[in-house]
Amino acid sequence: MIFSFLAAIGAGFLAFLAATGRLFLFVLSSLAALFRPPFYFRLLLRQVVEMGYFSLPVVGLTALFTGMVLALQSYVGFARFNAEGSVATVVVLSMTRELGPVIGGLMVAGRVGAAIAAEIGTMRVTDQIDALTTLSTDPFRYLVLPRLLAGLITLPFLVLVADVLGVFGGFLVGTYKLGFNPAGYLDQTHQFLETRDVVLGLVKASVFGFIVALMGCYQGYHSRGGAEGVGQATTHAVVSASVLILLSDYLLTQAFFAR
Amino acid sequence: MSAHAAPKISVRGLEKSFDGKQVLNGLDLDIAEGESLVVIGGSGTGKSVLVKCILGLLRPEAGSIRIDGAETVGIGWAARQRLMRRIGMLFQGGALFDSLKVWENVAFGLIEGRGVERNAAQEVALSKLAAVGLGREVGELYPAELSGGMQKRVALARAIAAEPEIIFFDEPTTGLDPIMADVINDLILKCVRDLGATAVSITHDMVSTKKIADRIAMLHQGRIIWQGRKEEIDRSGNPFVDQFVHGRAEGPIAMEVRAL
Repeated sequence: MIFSFLAAIGAGFLAFLAATGRLFLFVLSSLAALFRPPFYFRLLLRQVVEMGYFSLPVVGLTALFTGMVLALQSYVGFARFNAEGSVATVVVLSMTRELGPVIGGLMVAGRVGAAIAAEIGTMRVTDQIDALTTLSTDPFRYLVLPRLLAGLITLPFLVLVADVLGVFGGFLVGTYKLGFNPAGYLDQTHQFLETRDVVLGLVKASVFGFIVALMGCYQGYHSRGGAEGVGQATTHAVVSASVLILLSDYLLTQAFFAR
Repeated sequence: MSAHAAPKISVRGLEKSFDGKQVLNGLDLDIAEGESLVVIGGSGTGKSVLVKCILGLLRPEAGSIRIDGAETVGIGWAARQRLMRRIGMLFQGGALFDSLKVWENVAFGLIEGRGVERNAAQEVALSKLAAVGLGREVGELYPAELSGGMQKRVALARAIAAEPEIIFFDEPTTGLDPIMADVINDLILKCVRDLGATAVSITHDMVSTKKIADRIAMLHQGRIIWQGRKEEIDRSGNPFVDQFVHGRAEGPIAMEVRAL
């Protein structure tokens, strides 16, 4: 009884280590592809457009509403100890440091990570990835690398837009609903904001973009078993990317704040 | 081509298992240059695994695969890529890239694998499409807009586009009506003859086998249990082969199925 319990723990732990190792090898193979010609610039561009431009509506809307809610909630809280004046500062710091990158990352995980996993997974189960190899083309260079780089490059720009719209959402609620003076609100917004706040948020965004693309590619590449397998790969891609985004968000925040 | 000429492809002691299940079990097979060999065998006997091992898509646990005398098991990516330029493969489901137009599919190996200029590659692709009986207008369509038979023909055009020395056909006629299957068989014969290529096909379609094969090998329980010229298969004297060729439920193969 006790041994089977321990065996279950051990088996689970070994499976975890094996999965981590596989993921690490996958990343290494992708990075190795970076140093072998040719480089598919057109494919990278297409992924940037797909990931960045077409994610603008969903990321923009969620950021706008997040900023609006943030203004309302922080006003309610701060009014209890007469600190309503800090609403603008709280909105801009929360958006740039934390909510912009995280919400942007999670929305892109749902929209783009799932699409990547489904596309590459379908290519896997219909032998298209094997076909690439037989046509002298490296699937890592042709499929995986453009997506990873696109994630790395695109998310910061997307999150910059999210930051601006989030602050704008807070501004709308602050001036129209809470009765702030518009000039005073804006003044409050950049009085305590440092360049560092925005830049570190964008660094986070870049990491999250890489995670989303990596989990999509990895789950898709290793999917098997027809339509059901592709469905599972898609689910796993979104769930694992979301968890990893929040986990790495904590680690990055701690690393940035320690100094 | 004398009987003593070195084989184009030489497989020795090939072993491959999945999750503890032994699929290939010390398989030996020689394929001569310019011949058309058909490997027959029931579903799940490892025919596809054999081809994927030769192509390097799967890594065997033991054994050697020599092409033109050079070992190919465990070679690096660059050497594998050079080798792939001499090989064509027709996948069972076609495996056409559905994000690319038909002509881009056919020209893919030329453009991406060999760095041929796009316009030149397009001309080659259109001539290969014509060779499999498809007009220029088909080149502008996407694979999803084609029927199953047309997809097979496009996949065949893609496999021969780079004029390979060796071509693999994985179940070329599966899922096609008998007439379209015969069209594909004729195209395979014609393409292989025009290129002078070595052809390796895997199938369980005996009509197709008898049409495209010079030589036939039967795979059973991870080994080649019989091989010989096409004319010899009806008097092989091997009960496994007889049962398979005549498609009988009763026989040594079915016995083993029941024993499980």
